[in-house]
Amino acid sequence: MKLNSPLQVYKYLPQINCAECGDATCMAFAAHLIDRSKKLDDCPPILKDEYKKKYLELQALLAPEIREITIGTGEHAKRIGGDDVLYRHQLTFFDPTAFAYDVWDTMPEAEFLERINRIANFRKFYVGKFLKVDMVAVRCVSGDPLKFAGAVKKASETTKLPLILCSFDPAALKSALEVVRDKNPLLYAATEKNWGEVAELALNYKVPVVLFSPDLDKLKSLALSFREMGIKDLVLDPGTYPQGKKLKETFEKFIMLRRAGIKEGQKDIAYPIMAVPLNAWLVYKDAVTASYWETVLSSVFTVRYGDIMILHSLEPYAMLPEVHIRDTIYTDPRTPVKVAPGVNEVGSPTKDSPVIVTTNFALTYYTVESDLSSNKINCYLAAVDTDGIGVEAAVAGGQLTAAKINDTFQKANFDFKDKTSHGTLILPGLAARLQGDVEDVTGLRVMIGPPDSGRIPGWMEKSWPPKPK
Amino acid sequence: MTKKIKLSELGNLFGGLDVQALEGVKIEGDVEIDLGQMGMNPQMAYALGHETAQLALHLMNISRILGYPVDQMLGASPAKPARLTKLIESKFSVGKIEEWKTPIQEVVLGATSSDGGTRKSTITLGGETALPYYFDSPMPHRNHITMDVFDMPINMAKAVKSNYEDVINSPAEWAKKVVRDFGADMVTIHLISTDPNIKDTSPAEAAKTVEEVLQAVDVPIVIGGSGNPEKDPAVLEKAAEVAEGERCLLASASLNLDYARIAEAAKKYNHVVLSWTQLEINAQKELNRKLMKQCNVARENILMDPTTAALGYGLDYAYTNMERMRLAGLSGDAELNFPMSSGTTNAWGAREAWMVSSPLKEDSDWGPREYRGPIWEIITGLTLSLAGNDLFMMMHPTAVQVLKEITQTLYGGKESEPVNIDNWVGAVL
Repeated sequence: MKLNSPLQVYKYLPQINCAECGDATCMAFAAHLIDRSKKLDDCPPILKDEYKKKYLELQALLAPEIREITIGTGEHAKRIGGDDVLYRHQLTFFDPTAFAYDVWDTMPEAEFLERINRIANFRKFYVGKFLKVDMVAVRCVSGDPLKFAGAVKKASETTKLPLILCSFDPAALKSALEVVRDKNPLLYAATEKNWGEVAELALNYKVPVVLFSPDLDKLKSLALSFREMGIKDLVLDPGTYPQGKKLKETFEKFIMLRRAGIKEGQKDIAYPIMAVPLNAWLVYKDAVTASYWETVLSSVFTVRYGDIMILHSLEPYAMLPEVHIRDTIYTDPRTPVKVAPGVNEVGSPTKDSPVIVTTNFALTYYTVESDLSSNKINCYLAAVDTDGIGVEAAVAGGQLTAAKINDTFQKANFDFKDKTSHGTLILPGLAARLQGDVEDVTGLRVMIGPPDSGRIPGWMEKSWPPKPK
Repeated sequence: MTKKIKLSELGNLFGGLDVQALEGVKIEGDVEIDLGQMGMNPQMAYALGHETAQLALHLMNISRILGYPVDQMLGASPAKPARLTKLIESKFSVGKIEEWKTPIQEVVLGATSSDGGTRKSTITLGGETALPYYFDSPMPHRNHITMDVFDMPINMAKAVKSNYEDVINSPAEWAKKVVRDFGADMVTIHLISTDPNIKDTSPAEAAKTVEEVLQAVDVPIVIGGSGNPEKDPAVLEKAAEVAEGERCLLASASLNLDYARIAEAAKKYNHVVLSWTQLEINAQKELNRKLMKQCNVARENILMDPTTAALGYGLDYAYTNMERMRLAGLSGDAELNFPMSSGTTNAWGAREAWMVSSPLKEDSDWGPREYRGPIWEIITGLTLSLAGNDLFMMMHPTAVQVLKEITQTLYGGKESEPVNIDNWVGAVL
């Protein structure tokens, strides 16, 4: 965006502090527009006619550097692009890379449907949500426009996920568009050869379109020309070479395009970028090798500026790291990642199992949890709500206190008399100084565990079960 | 304003004038074309009549038919979004990052006989003046991988263990195997048995293991303690002594142990210190500063490990922490412009890497874990390589090979047969 302080935004707002947006003042709302946690349309007054001019001006100034494009319709529609920074710590990245997995029009029907369902049903639980994949890319392998349209029709009847229609033949694209004209699919792709006809389709059917050229001069030329013809929803595919020096060049092109778009404000190429890790399959025929290499390419371009990508392998060992690396890169670094506070079972605890306390900082919690579960220690693990702050800092900052610890067990209806034979609580080593307080507040026996949960197994051998008083 | 115009009128309009070129003519609003009077063939009429959005272009075609020089006006007046007959010519260019003026410190690991050691070759890390693999300036040295060896059998994920069952009781044989069979650039000997909670092996006893490893392989080595802050200084001190002159990497100095003692050992016996902090950029600055200013460790003898968290278990912090350090270093922060090392093996702590199947029934099938583990280690390392990490401490042979392949490809060290990607869409996979 072109503005960088709330004061600059404030000048365009109604300045009436009506609080309809949920913020007490227009200045507070301005700050949320700058950090992109609110949208301009959250301000009802500015939508009125009298502010129309300021609304339009501000909207243009607030627009992200990289054009934001929507693919698909309804609840499964995906936005891509929308970024304002080159490094996630500078703000956060928006619109996680959209993952499209391919099907093709020469597949036997049963296989075709099964594959689409696997794509649509993939899910992986992670920190309170499910990681999923986003789109289906239908490839025209037959070369037959009718056959392609038939496959696209079947795909659209099978899933609500957005579709990418892949063919370099305008006739095939046109016949496919006819069957999904109201579904806002992404067209792949316009090239130096077919651009005139593909542009015609993008205009007539009002759909976003990918421009493909490994030559960045040509790619820019295509983008300029499409923009000139009034087509704004563009995606750039600079070509994903799967190996060698050409792969290095591909990597460099992604950096160049994004740097030009964000750092240099080159609007002409400030569009989402597409990667095609699927191309790993053009060089590796062995499925495991190809899946591994495809996952590697996918990760490289998730970290460095790929906004949408087309993938092939549906192997869990490919999809799991893919969705996790995307979550890694797109998690908002401004908010600490938290787990839900509460008392959780690790393994199958009995009355003789220890009760261990940690914080609800996701990283701490999951580290402790995996240290316990991988060592097969059955226990109760309490995640105290410390606003997602780690143990040491939370003790120092007062987010981890005896009262909060007591609260956690009470809210979970965890009665030590009922659930344990020992009436004992174990504090992290880094919270040792809370021992007296916790004893006073809870009336429990309090033991001090090791400062690092990796040492819990050794600690258990020496100190558990607690010796009778 | 809406203006209705018939072709015959257009003809009349132009016909009355001596038109050489139509400059600045805009065709806006609804245009009604009366084709009947033109006597066009039905196909043309069909095409024209169908797509209102194409009117501007078609009107120009008509003008051309009428003999007006529309081709000249195309270049001159693209006033309205219109169809183009050829692509707009363009050149793409982008600048380099000017803030990146400070190179990352170069650090040499290992010493050959000419430098007082017994290694066959040395490894140089650092020296970058841009983010890794960027076009701004080439990386002077490729990434390197050091493979883990332990001084006693340890718990390992099944997929890892199967590679080491024959050498698990002999650190020397283990070290030979990772260099000979798995292409390790270096070997890390972890003296974990020295932990008082494990075997409490004495520093002198542990130092013998270090000597054995130095004799078994001729690559540079990393000497790792057990992570016990009370015991490690004594262990690393003794190990440094028996490895005098070899420029080993001593792992690690940290703020929660007597780092000065480790720094002294490194200086006295010519080794490099690994400055280890836990995901905290200011702590890293503090420790590096203390090593340099308080302990007088030379810059070329410092490497840093800002901590590696596994994919899905805090890699977002580890990645951004490293990227911020590297950007700060390149932009002139002399407390952060050191090469970095990653304990990539930590990836195996992720349950996705080793668990037989998902503990959650809502998850899609996780598939065979034998394939999940190595890729978890690869992606954890690869992500950090993009943030600027130079040296990877790793465990699984396949993970080592694949990480080498991708980092060396991005570094520019891999050739390949040309691949035609122009018709990937139609490929039969």
